[in-house]
Amino acid sequence: MQPATLLAKVWDEHLVRSHPEEPDLLYVDLHLVHEVTSPQAFDSLRVGGRTVRRPELTLATIDHGVPTTDRHLGITDPLSKIQIDALVRNCADFGVTLFGLDDPRSGIVHVIGPEQGLTQPGLLITCGDSHTSTHGAFGALAFGIGTSEVEHVLATQTLPLHRPQSMAISIDGELPAGVTAKDVILGIIARIGTDGGIGRVIEYRGSTVEALSMEGRMTVCNMSIEAGARAGMIAPDDTTFAYLEGRPYAPRGIEWERALDAWRRLPTDSGAQFEHELAMAAADFEPYVSWGTNPGQTVPITGKAPDPLTGDDPSEREAIARALKYMDLEPGTPITEIRLDRVFLGSCTNARIEDLRAAAAIVAGRKVAPTVGAMVVPGSGLVKLQAESEGLDLIFKDAGFEWRDAGCSMCLAMNPDVLAPGERCASTSNRNFEGRQGQGGRTHLVSPVMAAAAAIAGHFVDVRNWS
Amino acid sequence: MSPVDIIVGTMAPLPRANVDTDQIMPKQFLKRIERTGYGEFLFWDWRQADPDFVTNRSEYRGASILVTGANFGSGSSREHAPWGLADWGFRAVVAPSFADIFRNNCYKIGLLPVELSEKEIAWLIELAESDPSAEVTIDLDVQTVSTEGFEARFEIDGYTKWRLLNGLDDIGLTMRHAEAISEYEASRATYRPALS
Repeated sequence: MQPATLLAKVWDEHLVRSHPEEPDLLYVDLHLVHEVTSPQAFDSLRVGGRTVRRPELTLATIDHGVPTTDRHLGITDPLSKIQIDALVRNCADFGVTLFGLDDPRSGIVHVIGPEQGLTQPGLLITCGDSHTSTHGAFGALAFGIGTSEVEHVLATQTLPLHRPQSMAISIDGELPAGVTAKDVILGIIARIGTDGGIGRVIEYRGSTVEALSMEGRMTVCNMSIEAGARAGMIAPDDTTFAYLEGRPYAPRGIEWERALDAWRRLPTDSGAQFEHELAMAAADFEPYVSWGTNPGQTVPITGKAPDPLTGDDPSEREAIARALKYMDLEPGTPITEIRLDRVFLGSCTNARIEDLRAAAAIVAGRKVAPTVGAMVVPGSGLVKLQAESEGLDLIFKDAGFEWRDAGCSMCLAMNPDVLAPGERCASTSNRNFEGRQGQGGRTHLVSPVMAAAAAIAGHFVDVRNWS
Repeated sequence: MSPVDIIVGTMAPLPRANVDTDQIMPKQFLKRIERTGYGEFLFWDWRQADPDFVTNRSEYRGASILVTGANFGSGSSREHAPWGLADWGFRAVVAPSFADIFRNNCYKIGLLPVELSEKEIAWLIELAESDPSAEVTIDLDVQTVSTEGFEARFEIDGYTKWRLLNGLDDIGLTMRHAEAISEYEASRATYRPALS
């Protein structure tokens, strides 16, 4: 056998059919569905007289449009209500399991898949959401798809795909204190750009990555799409298996043993070739803060908003100037002098229990700055319950944070959680695009500990100096 | 899907890189459950903020080809972005590069993403800005973009080209392999997860 990459092994195991002049036809093990990108797909199935081929390999939840307060009042936004009702009806009509709003297992689709043990090594996972790359943390091949592809997976449980290129990003060494998985991926994107991964699947490797918890690995893989990559993957290991064992949908008994045997064969063989390689050192990473309007426009906390004159060419200079104008920042502004109106701790990037624990440790016994409105939105109903059982909710509430119900919330503001025009927010989410958190809102991407410290201080601070 | 053949039309220039799908189709319009009617919401926030934004200008209203910067369509997987572009009247987007999911979504609905070099794009943008009535021809079959004094070739995989030229629906094509799918299913590992 030729030495093979993790990507090649997972890809080849899912080949239903391959033909030299056509895309490969790949089998989808798990299809996650939410309310925003699925209604048109289900409608087309109806029109075409088609069914969902494998409803038992399909899980639906409601996350993008849900309010995070006063759930008992139901969905008050009329359009969101129509959209959510449509998903409930579609799941009933087509026999798809739905974790509905009153189910404690509901939450952000990329939090609940792993939490339930549905996300497993070696699977091919799709969802009509670009942050499906999250699930690659388990050694699955997982990527976002559009609504036409959602319909295709529902109808056939397969997708026709061209084989992407492989890219290894190796990081070695111990991360400095205060530098988190979020900083690892922000640092990678700052290095390779928001288009550095186009057409590629990134495998994150090296001792730094191996030392990350599953939560940290999910944070890294989650933002692979922000580097333009088709997917991110991390080889499964004992950390992965320990996370999975005993979860509701993880294999049990003899099936667990069989699965382990197969999963242990997944990591990239020594001698396997990647089409692209990049090596980075953990010691070079710092806590990062995005200053601009895409996730590549990021500097270390010790840095400054850039001067447009530093751009490589006229279009780069214009892009920097546009971003600074939108963000209302002067060139050369030290990041630590940027004052905040809001702090958002949440999203599929950073709303898992470990994220909340880390942020709570920063805020314990302190108060949110009087000029800042801060909120915590757990990634799922179960994360919320876990945090409450550990008393984290009290720590946040005592500090002046709002403690909310699970959902996508202000990551994309398709629900009542929205920035007002001109408001500036430190956010643990994944996108700082113009208007992402509300029309005219200004987003700075940071790690949970950096967001927590900024909430207390009222401006960005270097969490490495937090005492 | 209607077949994509020879596209002849004028261009709308949008000389910006990294245009993300949040800008192409902001989230407030993603609550609709229809597949059509997104054209009026295209580039909504930019059109509200800038009366001179390209799709606000009458001289570009009839354009069927959007010419823009690298990494177009980055970010969210929302197919609402290509739906909006197509509904507005665009039949092709020409850029130095496209985000992967956006490109796939375009192929599914018959909106043609055309990749040309930065230099070729710069030439086309200058033409579109100086002469909004300049017509360009995109011939998918021979894979060229041409106008007076300009011809450039673009790449596309043969299968996708064939599918677009014939307006074929992917699901129908895949269902020809229903037997292979069933065979694959019969051999799947038993430890794979399933919902009850």
